[in-house]
Amino acid sequence: MNPSSNHQTSHPWRNAWKTRGIILKTALAERLAYRGDFALGTLMRFLPIITQIFLWWAIFQSLSPSAPYSASISGYSFHDMVAYYLLTMLGRAFSSMPGLSSQIAKTIRDGEIKRYLVQPIDFLSFLFWSRVAHKIAYYSVAFGPFLLVFFLCRGYFSAGWPDPATLGCFLLSLLLSFTLGFYLETCLGLVGFWMLEVSSLLFVYMLLQFFLSGHMFPLDLLPEPFQTIVNYLPIKYLAYFPAAVFLGKVQGTALLWDMILLLFWIALFYALSRWAYAKGLQRYSGFGG
Amino acid sequence: MTIIQIDQLTKSYRVYQKKEGLREAIRGLFHREYKTVEAVRGISLRVEPGEFVAFLGPNGAGKTTTLKLLSGVIFPSSGSATVMGFTPWERDMQYRRKFALVMGQKNQLWWDLPAQESFRLHQQIYGIDPSQFQKNLQELTSLLDVEKLLGRPVRELSLGERMKMELIAALLHSPEVLFLDEPTIGLDVVAQHNIQQFLKHYQEQRKITILLTSHYMKDVSALCQRVVVIAQGIIQYDGSLNGILDAFSGYKVVQLQLALGQSAQGLERFGEVLKTNPPRVSLRVPRPQVSKILAEILNTYSIDDVAVEDPPLEEVIAKMFHSIANTQ
Repeated sequence: MNPSSNHQTSHPWRNAWKTRGIILKTALAERLAYRGDFALGTLMRFLPIITQIFLWWAIFQSLSPSAPYSASISGYSFHDMVAYYLLTMLGRAFSSMPGLSSQIAKTIRDGEIKRYLVQPIDFLSFLFWSRVAHKIAYYSVAFGPFLLVFFLCRGYFSAGWPDPATLGCFLLSLLLSFTLGFYLETCLGLVGFWMLEVSSLLFVYMLLQFFLSGHMFPLDLLPEPFQTIVNYLPIKYLAYFPAAVFLGKVQGTALLWDMILLLFWIALFYALSRWAYAKGLQRYSGFGG
Repeated sequence: MTIIQIDQLTKSYRVYQKKEGLREAIRGLFHREYKTVEAVRGISLRVEPGEFVAFLGPNGAGKTTTLKLLSGVIFPSSGSATVMGFTPWERDMQYRRKFALVMGQKNQLWWDLPAQESFRLHQQIYGIDPSQFQKNLQELTSLLDVEKLLGRPVRELSLGERMKMELIAALLHSPEVLFLDEPTIGLDVVAQHNIQQFLKHYQEQRKITILLTSHYMKDVSALCQRVVVIAQGIIQYDGSLNGILDAFSGYKVVQLQLALGQSAQGLERFGEVLKTNPPRVSLRVPRPQVSKILAEILNTYSIDDVAVEDPPLEEVIAKMFHSIANTQ
């Protein structure tokens, strides 16, 4: 036995975590290499808020020109709507994975995937930890602006801070929405093993996500039977669900069931991504590499 | 003990036959025609530990496919292979820690980070002992003379410098077997030479087993005692580089430097005149008659200097590929 293999096998768990840590660190360093683009991109994210607030203001004003503040749509006042919108923005900051699917598809198409077959490293967990690094880098820059926006808009949260338990569930839902978003988009990217170009598929997905995640409007505005259907889809966990938890719209048993369902979706898409990766590799290796 | 053993390995894959024109493209949406490409058609080979073997062959001959099979990137259609006792395409993690693949046209370093960061990641994923890592890194960087470049982002390095970093990344975990797919492609003469020198030195020191594909004869003649010529997916020749000349070229090139005032007239009766650049003339002479013809020339002409050389290797090999292609 040579010393290097001893080093590898003595603490398999600790070692696996150390590997994740190094991936995280390296990916973080890489992110920070593009400081400029990154800071600009982060700030640009806040621009749509302004248009969105104006849009809803116009809608509420046309509903009740004399007293727009007291009008309501399905129980949402103008204030609630702005609060909801700010919260989905936060949720999407966790669950959206800019460039992940196309990056995976490109890795497959360009043959870079070979590296993960030759080196003792797992492609999917590598992607996961680099994505965690992306998010950490993002928050370290975006934390200040987020704080500022929420402070400036504090008046829109008419109910004030939720109780600590709800806040805890909210934070948990954000972390889980990140995981779900990651595996969902990983599955889409892995379609690249079968299709040369996945961009139109991604376009359809983005469009669906825009409407069905609650990013555009609160999902409880939807008429039946769409509301029930959307309620059982995984996409709502990417934006609507965390906001709904914060605003106290899902509570008690309903909240518990939603969390269980969310975990189920994560497990499902995790398994699906593993399966697609294994099948895809088989196809790739059979085909000619 | 044989370190690489390949038996009757074949690899064929289907490619979609695209036809010209819009009509055919639309037809192709419903009915696809596939063509089977036989990239490797029954290769058997034994490599002993510490050998430095070159794969030569025209583009599309199956060299890279063979390296991909041996690195476990692709599955064979039939046949078997073991490297250090592992079947490559089972992709055992133990196997992955013991070999490395470097492709001259692929990049495995992080583009926007200094190579150092990529190396540290390698240290972790290969589980290299920290002190061993430092020792290897120091040795490799000083051999390749890149100590000062470790902290510079990879995208700012020249192609040659980047290739050196790629080699370091591949060798940090001290692989026992190394596969090199055109490691000097696109490099200038100096960078090519540096990398050759490094590979030669490293291989002699460490006695690792290296399989190399290259289009540059210089790489091959500088590095490899053994040459395997692959064309049309099968092994056409396996032996020493000089053996290729014996087997495939029946000629020598005789270079003459004529004395002042000596005319070159009449030399063509001794052999084909390859080049006339007075006072130099080169002749192609059948190998068995070299000494006889040379004596005759020296008797009849006044000659200042003479040299008998093998024809350029590139030429012999190009001819060999050509004759293989014609007989198939």
